Amino acid sequence: MLQDTLNHIQDPIVWEGLAQVGAATVLAALVVLLSRRRGLELETELSVAFVRGFVQIVAVGLVIGVLLTVPVAWSAVILVGMVGGATWISGQRGAGLPGVTQVSFLAITVGAGLVIVTMTAAGAIEATVRSLVPVGSLVIANAMKINSLALDRLKDELRDKRHEIEVGLALGGPPPAVLARHLRTSVRASLIPVVDSLKSLGWVWIPGVMAGMILGGENPVYAALYQFVIMAMIFAAGGLTSLLTSLLMGRRVMTEAEQLRRIGDG
Amino acid sequence: MPDAPPLATENLTRVVDGETLVADVSIEVEAEEVFVVFGPSGSGKTSLLRLLNRLDEPTSGTVYLQGTDYRTIAPRTLRQRVGWVPQAPTLIDGTVAENVAWGPTLRDEPVDTGRLHELLDRLGLSGFAERDADRLSGGEAQRVAIARTLFNDPDVVLLDEPASSLDAAAADRVEALLADVMDAYALTAVLVTHDADRARRLGHRGIRLEEGRIQASGALDTVLSTPVSR
Repeated sequence: MLQDTLNHIQDPIVWEGLAQVGAATVLAALVVLLSRRRGLELETELSVAFVRGFVQIVAVGLVIGVLLTVPVAWSAVILVGMVGGATWISGQRGAGLPGVTQVSFLAITVGAGLVIVTMTAAGAIEATVRSLVPVGSLVIANAMKINSLALDRLKDELRDKRHEIEVGLALGGPPPAVLARHLRTSVRASLIPVVDSLKSLGWVWIPGVMAGMILGGENPVYAALYQFVIMAMIFAAGGLTSLLTSLLMGRRVMTEAEQLRRIGDG
Repeated sequence: MPDAPPLATENLTRVVDGETLVADVSIEVEAEEVFVVFGPSGSGKTSLLRLLNRLDEPTSGTVYLQGTDYRTIAPRTLRQRVGWVPQAPTLIDGTVAENVAWGPTLRDEPVDTGRLHELLDRLGLSGFAERDADRLSGGEAQRVAIARTLFNDPDVVLLDEPASSLDAAAADRVEALLADVMDAYALTAVLVTHDADRARRLGHRGIRLEEGRIQASGALDTVLSTPVSR
């Protein structure tokens, strides 16, 4: 494993990369200098952020280099770890909602998991660590973002529309029917960024995976198709996660006597 | 139980985070009477009302509907039988008719449009059915909220200061229409109010609450004239 890491470091392409880092650093240093001349008092923060970013990304590169050498079964362990992290972050966004951690874990696991497994079976994701971990993490991270948006919006809905919900319950409305419009609002709001991304794909922005593939010498049409597959995976995983979260939360926010629970500040 | 009152409470108590909102309240509401819950703001009137249709859970004690412990009745059936007109009407986006029919719509039941129009007429809202609920005045919105509750055909109606957020003229009109509709449909009601004159005009018997406890009960003259204990 150590030998593999050393091999990665000693690869001539790494030295070439370091020379490119040097050129980029000159440009960044120019910005720091300009910031100093303009008295923005940002030079320390800019410099620290620049160095920190470099160290972090190189560290990640080294870790991925190590990961590429482990057996494929480890991909599942790594992805479950990522789901754990995503659950924690999303849970903080939805703090105050009952059972938010369990709901987020279940929704992200099912939403992202189903997409990763299906697309691996379909051959869109290679069954290798090199492919499963980065593409899986992309799907999980986006499922987390969409889940967080859904929770955030749901929390606002339940607080702002508490009275309306209670009027519906007081009219003898079944909780799923009373909550339906609020859950719908939350799912819809959570999917706005990904739907807008799909709409603007290609003409407003060229996403990273496609740009990377083209830079790597891949056929641009295939790069475009693969980028679309990635976007579709993000949409499917996010949509499933958001729908599941709203379904599960709809049950959790009600007591057995069909009363709306207090939503905490978190 | 044929002789049991439409609604009765037994030692009803609600404590939240160590604060007692309702303490040991036992009342009996007779058929076709307007039972007044009178008291200053913060005395626990609304908290008591929210226990009567189980929007909140009692810490101890219970409520009986015609002699049946309400914890044995499915919440949505219970809330159809014990209707609630809140202080703020809170209408949903849509027409007046959609608002009035919201209860059956939520339960996926057919809507009796003949009855809906009859109720609107009775509440001075003839010709309002297709009007956008967003464009109603405060008084009109409150009358729609009353129609919405009555359209569920409840056995008992809980009225939480239904005119308190309105100007005097609109409040008087709502009060007059309410009196008329309660009389016409022989309704049993629990009216929460801090307005002694309104209580006298609409009510029959009642209680005076202070810090969630009953300070006086019985005939309205006694209840309304009891001095504040503090």
